[in-house]
Amino acid sequence: MDPRYLQLASLGALLTYGLFGLDFEVRPANAVVIAITAQVVQYLADTRQGRRWDPRSAAITTLSLCLLLRTNSVFVAGLASAVAIGSKSLLRINGKHVFNPANLGIVVAVLATGQAWISSGQWGNEALLGLLFACLGITVVTRSERADITYAFLGFYAAMLFYRSWSVNEPVTIPLHRLQSGALLLFAFFMISDPKTTPDSRLGRILFAFLVVVGAYVVQFKYFVPNALIWSLVALCPTVPLIDRLLPADRYQWRSTPAPAPALVPST
Amino acid sequence: MTWSEWCSTLVKGAVATACLAPTAWAFCGFYVAQEQGSLFNKSSKVVLVRDGDHTVLTMANDFRGNLKNFGLVVPVPQEITPGMVKVAERAILDKLDQYTVPRLVEYHDPDPCPPPYEEDQRRYEMASDDRPRPTKPTSAAPEGRHGVKVEQSYSLEEYDIVVVNAKSGAGLERWLREEGYQVPAGSTEILESYTRQNMHFFLAKIDLAASDQLGVRWPRPLRVEYDSPKFMLPIRLGTVNADGYQDLLVYALTPKGRVETTNYRTAKVPTDFDVPEGVQTQNKFAAFYTSLFDQQVLRDGMSAVYTEYAWPLSVQCDPCTAEQLTASELVALGASWASDYHGGVDGGFVTRLHVRYDRAHFPEDLAFQTTADTSTYQARYVVHHPWRGDTSCEAGKVYEKELVKRQAKEVANLAQYTGWDLDTVRALSTPAR
Repeated sequence: MDPRYLQLASLGALLTYGLFGLDFEVRPANAVVIAITAQVVQYLADTRQGRRWDPRSAAITTLSLCLLLRTNSVFVAGLASAVAIGSKSLLRINGKHVFNPANLGIVVAVLATGQAWISSGQWGNEALLGLLFACLGITVVTRSERADITYAFLGFYAAMLFYRSWSVNEPVTIPLHRLQSGALLLFAFFMISDPKTTPDSRLGRILFAFLVVVGAYVVQFKYFVPNALIWSLVALCPTVPLIDRLLPADRYQWRSTPAPAPALVPST
Repeated sequence: MTWSEWCSTLVKGAVATACLAPTAWAFCGFYVAQEQGSLFNKSSKVVLVRDGDHTVLTMANDFRGNLKNFGLVVPVPQEITPGMVKVAERAILDKLDQYTVPRLVEYHDPDPCPPPYEEDQRRYEMASDDRPRPTKPTSAAPEGRHGVKVEQSYSLEEYDIVVVNAKSGAGLERWLREEGYQVPAGSTEILESYTRQNMHFFLAKIDLAASDQLGVRWPRPLRVEYDSPKFMLPIRLGTVNADGYQDLLVYALTPKGRVETTNYRTAKVPTDFDVPEGVQTQNKFAAFYTSLFDQQVLRDGMSAVYTEYAWPLSVQCDPCTAEQLTASELVALGASWASDYHGGVDGGFVTRLHVRYDRAHFPEDLAFQTTADTSTYQARYVVHHPWRGDTSCEAGKVYEKELVKRQAKEVANLAQYTGWDLDTVRALSTPAR
């Protein structure tokens, strides 16, 4: 089975829990605009490239944006969605898109409009929720053969948090509390593990996970900017083509991709 | 310290959190004492003004002991020079508290059987007079000894202010003890973690002679400003000597939008539902809201920070519980962007956050972010006073039936949100006749 169905089901379950269990403030109008924009842009991109319209990846991006992006403006929600899906066709190097779509959409919406934000604390720090994340996430990353980057990332990130607390003499309860973050698990299982934007080789993926953690450390503990993982990922995605060049491997294909992706001219 | 030593000592430290300290250490960081007449016991109030990297922190302590025992220790991210500290007026802070406090509004049911000729006039009256009226809120509620470098030391009105930087937590603790601060056991590790993050320490004690001269009975709020990307409140020191949990109210003022915590969930308290009129007529609003808050904290396992009010200061409150703050009052709190604007005030955005915390549930200091959210939210509850006149007409009978249903719903709401037993709740629901 295409792992995207599992991912859709998992993200759908998390969104449902967020809406009804944690009172996420996802405006229905925003969700509709994000969903429609994503599919329209996906349709245009597929048609332009002579492929059959495939709504699955755009649906995943829709759910990711609903989970992460907060804005009171439907225009900003639409912009984030258009940038996310559009970037897959427009920002490509060697036939592979550079940025994680939802990650780029959120960053552009936050920086360009000043009317969007990310509520990284919205999940709270509940152990049960963490377990739910882990169960759903492990299933998805295993199916999509990207469990290595998730585990490597979580390992490096945990090590970074423990190192930080050790270096400033904080009790272990502090890194443990930071590790129980739902936002962290969402990132680990559903964002950094995107097979289409991670390095092709296993070693490359582990290297990339390490770089993202180092970036997050700088953002969080040197510049004291919240949502460090989102900023670190977007800043380091452009290193993936370089990593792929240094550590080449076969390109990932969804198991039930309707038509092979044609060779594309890099447009950036 | 090695890794294993670190882990074992800190795990032990985390487990043995019941470090009971002398109450004479009034509060270190934030806070322990108790304020008379406050909605919540052991509550502390902080106005947190944030504009870019500039922070203005006004700390209202609720110390009610002997002034010579008053001591304040607050870690701050930057060296504080004399011009950056002021004594603030309690009245403005109290006004901000009243302005953002959870509120009860009342409506009076109209006569369901008006004489026909009064119908038009009644409609007019409903349009003009039946707006929610706020009821009166019930309450509102050079390196020296031990590696410690005194960066600033001066008098400010009733306060003796000292700003220090320290090489180690243990050195700072020894220095504080020698300076007459009664440092509670268990503070060393926390002080050490702040010194390693290059935090400075803002210390304040009361100058008894100056306070006599000024006629100051209780310490007035202190206002400190600094520039730092760290948007946080240090709560860890305050949990060392706390007996049980503490309540902290944060009034965040920004030019842009709502403030929320990034390392804890920010939730909204349940709002906008009807409660029996006895909540007002029997003067139970403070008890009602306190119970509602207790229940909410219990349901969430004391893991969330609660928004009680979020409102643009340029938009008229509805209903208002206090007069709107003027631009000069907001500027006095540090909101330098506030200005008068067409008879109102262009003051940015206020968020009232309420957190109940202890060391086990809130191991980290509070970290905040300013969001782009400018939508309005308030903790608001409604009482409807039934019509107690003649209901013998056809419409009156319908009204009576609807009233019974509504009052049952009010009772159910009250029981659900407060956890009060049904007898207590029913006693607050007065039959129409």
